[in-house]
Amino acid sequence: MSEDIYREIILDHYRNPRNKGRISDADVSFHDSNPLCGDEIDIHLKVEDNIVKDIKFEGRGCAISQASASMLTEMVMNKPLTSVKELGKDDILENIGLVNLGPARIKCALLSLKVLKMSMVEYYASKDPESAQEIREGSRLY
Amino acid sequence: MLQSSTIDVEKIRQDFPILHRRIKGGHKLIYLDNAATTQKPRTVIDSISNYYMNYNSNIHRAVHQLAEEATFAYEEVRQKVAKLVNARSADEIVFTRNATESINLIARCWARQHLTKSDEVLITEIEHHSNIVPWQLVTGEVGASLDYLGVGDEGRIDIEEFAQKIHDPNLKLVSVSQMSNVLGTILPVKEMTKLAHEVNVPIMIDAAQSVPHMKVDVQDLDCDFMAFSAHKMLGPTGVGILYAKREFLEKMPPFIGGGDMIKEVHKQNTSFNDLPYKFEAGTPNIADVIGFGAAIDYLNDLGFENIREHEMQITEYALERMNEIQGITIYGPPIVNERGAVISFNLGDIHPHDLATILNDFGIAMRSGHHCAQVLMERLDVSATSRVSFYVYNSKDEVNILIDALQSARRLFGL
Ligand SMILES: Cc1ncc(COP(=O)(O)O)c(C=O)c1O
Repeated sequence: MSEDIYREIILDHYRNPRNKGRISDADVSFHDSNPLCGDEIDIHLKVEDNIVKDIKFEGRGCAISQASASMLTEMVMNKPLTSVKELGKDDILENIGLVNLGPARIKCALLSLKVLKMSMVEYYASKDPESAQEIREGSRLY
Repeated sequence: MLQSSTIDVEKIRQDFPILHRRIKGGHKLIYLDNAATTQKPRTVIDSISNYYMNYNSNIHRAVHQLAEEATFAYEEVRQKVAKLVNARSADEIVFTRNATESINLIARCWARQHLTKSDEVLITEIEHHSNIVPWQLVTGEVGASLDYLGVGDEGRIDIEEFAQKIHDPNLKLVSVSQMSNVLGTILPVKEMTKLAHEVNVPIMIDAAQSVPHMKVDVQDLDCDFMAFSAHKMLGPTGVGILYAKREFLEKMPPFIGGGDMIKEVHKQNTSFNDLPYKFEAGTPNIADVIGFGAAIDYLNDLGFENIREHEMQITEYALERMNEIQGITIYGPPIVNERGAVISFNLGDIHPHDLATILNDFGIAMRSGHHCAQVLMERLDVSATSRVSFYVYNSKDEVNILIDALQSARRLFGL
């Protein structure tokens, strides 16, 4: 029920998003939207020694998509790309505490992970096409 | 019990089986997404199963009794549709899959034939994507341009501006909706048709939101083409209607080729069937056309004047109650005479999708998003709105529950 969805923490991240903005010298940026809701997310990544040195997001949309993006940036900041690569649908839903979202709203929660994965695809595209392909497969979250 | 004077909502509700189901949490269904599609009365559902159980057959081609009965039932609905919109003849009514296909048919079979480079098609900023994209496709193909008549902040068009734009010598076609699916604005299509005809430009009317809710008369409007969908007026999905004046239909080439649309087929050439069959290739959606006939009967029994009256009352009441809510922004014309039973709004910084999720907990089915009208959303400078839309079975009691739900959303979001 909606009281369980719109908990304090979701509304806090919605109203006070963490790591929101651009990175002027980002290594890669990626944009995608959710045609159902019109949610939009841009992710900017700065990578050093295969570690997420900085991540920022821009976006607009529902509380679930925006809070989920904000929480995702905190989750992967300073983490090695190899572990970010492994992130799946359930990790995100558990992280934001919404494991029972219906099929329509689950796309809102997963949009930022999809965009993050696609930005990693871009990052690896020339360096390591095989990993790029593997991550692209893993980006089909819904 | 709050009751409107013209229509007995409680009695009507008995005719709609779906309105008796429950939504998660045991709530009664409050269906406020009628601009997307309406619910179906039992008579419509029964007429479809009656066809399959008792006289299922292909039409127009066989002489056995079942074929005769099915053909009669199917063609009878064409007569009903012609009468509904007051077409001169049932030959001017073409069955398609939906309003979108009807618009595409005119884009392909009329516009594609008549437009050349430097020509222009004029639409408005209020249009549904299905009255934008077909024109983008066809103008793009021939190198013509697509021009927009702007809408004001309250969703109205300026007839003076239209009267000016219409004098562009390159203009070849106008296509406008009679009622906005987002703002409910009713456009002055009769005046627009008159102005377009003064400069010999044909006009298409997207009547997907108007025909279900008010008396529409194609001869009175004098429009050249009109499109609407059965599913937005108690009928089944999969049936669209194209009205076109005979003189246009006669000159237009077929839409798609196949059986039923032919008179004679030889190895290298074919002569086409009479109107309107020339535009109905292949086995049509017989069952659902028959179901649509039952929907038209149902609406006629209620009476379109009563329907419009009921909708104006419920819309006025909803606007009044919603305006009491702090932090609400309501889009569209503030006067009920100028609008249909559609209300788009936003509540504080609550995203429409979040609001729809919260309202679902009250059993309320409400639409949220861009409503297939992104050009209008850009014009209004919003990414999405929430939208409630009413029909014959909605009551003021349901509006009261909507208001409670909106207040509860405000509390949840700490507004
Ligand atoms: C104004 C308007 N035009 C066209 C359409 C398209 O109708 P359909 O999807 O039945 O083709 C709609 C439906 O949403 C509409 O509201």
